[in-house]
Amino acid sequence: MRWSDRIFGLLTLALALAYGLGAMAIATPFAVDPLGPRTFPVIIAITLGIAGLWPLLVPDPEPDWPRGRALGELVGAVAVLLGYTALLEPLGFVAATALAAGLLCWRLGGGLWASALFGLLCGVGLRLVFVELLDLSLPRGLLGW
Amino acid sequence: MDLLTGLLTGFATAFTPLHLALAILGCVLGTLVGALPGLGPSNGVAILVPLAFSLGLDATATLILLTSVYYGAMYGGRISSILLAIPGDEPALMTILDGHPMARAGRAGEALALSGLASFVGGVLATAGLVLLAPLLARFALLFGPAEYFALYVLAFATLGGLAARNPMKALFAAALGLALALVGYDTTTGIPRYTFGLVELYEGIDFLVAIVGLFALSEVFLFVEKGLRELPHPGRLGRIFVRLSTLRQSLGAMFRGTGIGFLAGVLPGAGASLGSFLAYMLEKRVSDRAGTFGRGDPRGVAAPEAGNNAAAGGALVPMLTLGVPGSGTTAVLLAVLMALDITPGPLLFEQRPEVVWGLVAALFFANLVLLALNLPLVGLFVQLLRVPPRYLMPLVAMVSFVGIHAISNNPFDLQLMIGFGVLGWVLRKLEVPLVPIILGILLGNEMEDNLRRALLIADGDWTVLWRSPLAVGLWTVAVLGFFGPMLVGPWLRRRRARLLEGRG
Repeated sequence: MRWSDRIFGLLTLALALAYGLGAMAIATPFAVDPLGPRTFPVIIAITLGIAGLWPLLVPDPEPDWPRGRALGELVGAVAVLLGYTALLEPLGFVAATALAAGLLCWRLGGGLWASALFGLLCGVGLRLVFVELLDLSLPRGLLGW
Repeated sequence: MDLLTGLLTGFATAFTPLHLALAILGCVLGTLVGALPGLGPSNGVAILVPLAFSLGLDATATLILLTSVYYGAMYGGRISSILLAIPGDEPALMTILDGHPMARAGRAGEALALSGLASFVGGVLATAGLVLLAPLLARFALLFGPAEYFALYVLAFATLGGLAARNPMKALFAAALGLALALVGYDTTTGIPRYTFGLVELYEGIDFLVAIVGLFALSEVFLFVEKGLRELPHPGRLGRIFVRLSTLRQSLGAMFRGTGIGFLAGVLPGAGASLGSFLAYMLEKRVSDRAGTFGRGDPRGVAAPEAGNNAAAGGALVPMLTLGVPGSGTTAVLLAVLMALDITPGPLLFEQRPEVVWGLVAALFFANLVLLALNLPLVGLFVQLLRVPPRYLMPLVAMVSFVGIHAISNNPFDLQLMIGFGVLGWVLRKLEVPLVPIILGILLGNEMEDNLRRALLIADGDWTVLWRSPLAVGLWTVAVLGFFGPMLVGPWLRRRRARLLEGRG
């Protein structure tokens, strides 16, 4: 069974519905122009609806979804990046980047030491280029650098 | 001679030390981006856009940097096609057919040199074509009213989705999703917030840079993580990097034919460089393949698609600059740049900001020279860089993306939104939903709505205004053909390409 496209179609229909309802909820104080702020969103909602109906009725073959390990790696990578956004301010750019880049490198098959070194180089190198050379501002954090 | 004064102004603008340095930097970065498999031109430009902004460069300088990256990527894509039989980017796919067999026959250096020359011919002639064609099209664009612009945007979505996507309905979904996202934030006409869910962060709308970097760059990182691709194959020996005069003479026709058809494919909205190189190869095979040497390392099969994709890259700038409608994924990103710089592309651009247009043109000529130098004597350096394993490259791409977005927004919410777009991009790629219409939707959504509302305001709510003028009718016709035509031609085209790639070696 071609479930992926069917689920995709259902989600798109749900989005279309929500978007259409959202359009109805837009306040229209008084008509500045004949269309107002609602009409275009409604057109989009209808278009989304058509686009959602199609894969529901005529689904494409299943894509090759990752299972087990590959899926775990992927979830891990997303988690590392989300953690990075949370740690960026408290830890500072260099430490957070070293951690995140090192972890990603390790999970992509780097050795433990090589990955740690690469992460550190990434953090320090990017800071040198973007802060010292190009004068951008990046979070300093705990270590002050 | 408007054209000459324009060009002279352009060269005067472009030839400052800063601009030349940026052009060289852009060419180097672009060639790198193109050469590395998995980092296409749109990803490369997308990552660099926020950085260019946060450096506070002016409009001309930013454009010079980014279009040099764009041209560079078109040159660079062929390197891994020839050496590894992995396309560095999609337009370089066709170069594998004859480029890789040449490399395996010990003529890698010659294939690289020849394709570098072909890229140069295609790039320079297309830039000249841009100079000639753009002002004409710009004058024509003055005839466009709001109704025609609305029809033109529909046309852009229709053709962009058509050829790129396996399933045009998924391209339709992508366009609608992009438009839906574009409307988040204050309505520009009435000032009413729409789809903000009370989140202050969304009042200003979704920053398209966040969406672009997430959808293109981060989703690429996720694809690599998923595939767990550890090492690339070894590129092997190059041999001497030169072109025999006889080979050159033999391939000259292929270069010019490839340039012509590639440029045309580039000018058509939505077709872009991938189609340009494909058509160039097919044409050349039809014209020159008398002895059945194509696919076995015929130099003409290397020259034609390379000239084609570089010419298409130049051609795609024409509709982007004159009409504000991008001809390809990367020009969509460049359009985002223009809009963020408060430059409205379109016919008036040529009159109001001539220094931007002509400065860009001059910089493109210069960039082609730099790229020729980088790609003939120095190509060996880039080949060495192909050996950097993805485990170092991909984290670096991710981190640079974060630096860029952090620099323009300074807000953890936008970083998380970018990751969200990255995951979305990955899922959609898996489902074979094209990403470019989403970007185009986010970019053009507000303009499209404004034009629709303005058209109906003028006509006092009468919807027939949208197809009242012959020009509008023409645009609608092309849009309908552009959307439904590929449903018939597209599968044939893809089968043809797949068969060619399978049958090789």
